[in-house]
Amino acid sequence: MALSTVLETPVAGFDFENAARNAALEGLLEKGQAPKPLKTGTTIAGVVFKDGVVLGADTRATSSEVVADKMCAKIHYIAPNIYCCGAGTAADTEKTTDLLSSNLTIFSLNSGRNPRVVMAINILQDMLYRYKGHIGANLILGGVDCTGNHLYTVGPYGSVNKVPYLSMGSGDLAALGILEDRFKSDMQLEEAKDLVRDAIHAGIMCDLGSGNNIDICLTRRKGNTSTVQAQHQF
Amino acid sequence: MFLHTLNTRGLRSQLKDSVPVAGLCPQGTYGVQDTLRGGFTSVKNELLPSHPLELSEKNFKLNQEKMNLSTLRNIQGLHAPLKLQMEYRAARQIQRLPFLQSSNLAVDTLQGSDEYIGFEDILNDPAQSEMMGEPHIMVEYKLGLL
Repeated sequence: MALSTVLETPVAGFDFENAARNAALEGLLEKGQAPKPLKTGTTIAGVVFKDGVVLGADTRATSSEVVADKMCAKIHYIAPNIYCCGAGTAADTEKTTDLLSSNLTIFSLNSGRNPRVVMAINILQDMLYRYKGHIGANLILGGVDCTGNHLYTVGPYGSVNKVPYLSMGSGDLAALGILEDRFKSDMQLEEAKDLVRDAIHAGIMCDLGSGNNIDICLTRRKGNTSTVQAQHQF
Repeated sequence: MFLHTLNTRGLRSQLKDSVPVAGLCPQGTYGVQDTLRGGFTSVKNELLPSHPLELSEKNFKLNQEKMNLSTLRNIQGLHAPLKLQMEYRAARQIQRLPFLQSSNLAVDTLQGSDEYIGFEDILNDPAQSEMMGEPHIMVEYKLGLL
């Protein structure tokens, strides 16, 4: 009801009141281009091995044709036993993984259990499907839980895939070549680490949007607990 | 004295099918279009949503609730959604005066949103809104005296 002096409380969440203004501005600005968001232009890869999951990512963040960040951290913490690599719009992947991590922490505090990878995937899928692809987050989620070692990918429209090895981002085709050639199921730790490192290396060499360093993250099971280690190569 | 008139219509009638039309109810003070803040009026701009997500986001919570309650009715019978909605309506009446921000603790607990963090908790939090309604007008409007 819009009486002129009665205030309607703003609805929480996304506010679309500037969308019409932006559309009008786009016609008025020179070259008709709005400022572009920071995309990661990435190579990320993940491999399931015998004792856990290895995730790898490059560290370059680009803003059109300029390198905006040389040491960008693309591997995000979700839970002690789950980590996530993000490609796409940098802010979207950050925020989505932050929200996911907070929700899983609330869950584990409530129930006293370690979160499972499928829970993370379901939360992500619901969230991304709700926004119909406007949140540009391509994520690779890998983790170890009581049911085993899992590697999943989530697309920006909410599509989910469970795979033993995977790469995403602008350099994914080059990395996938290496992975397809040398992947075996039930590899040992060093072999898996080398494979992921070489896959990211191929992505860096063959793609302009990826570069600088390689981050590797291991999630593995040791007895009943899982340990995580991140290291830089180069 | 009732501070709320009971809304006995169902969830369906609360769905918003369109965004408000500018010419009929202008958004500025004194009932005139606020050109400085809102730009020039255009009926086409007001009739069609400017962002593809605008409509679906407006109705999202209601649609979810509708879907959940109708599934619950199919599984457990009419009593289940009936009891839940009764509790929800009772909890929704625990509010502060209209121009103040209420904590909505009971409603949050019933809907489970006290254990879930989403974009609605971070972006555009009404508790931190920069505008406050004029107290007398808001209370009169709520009581139906305006």
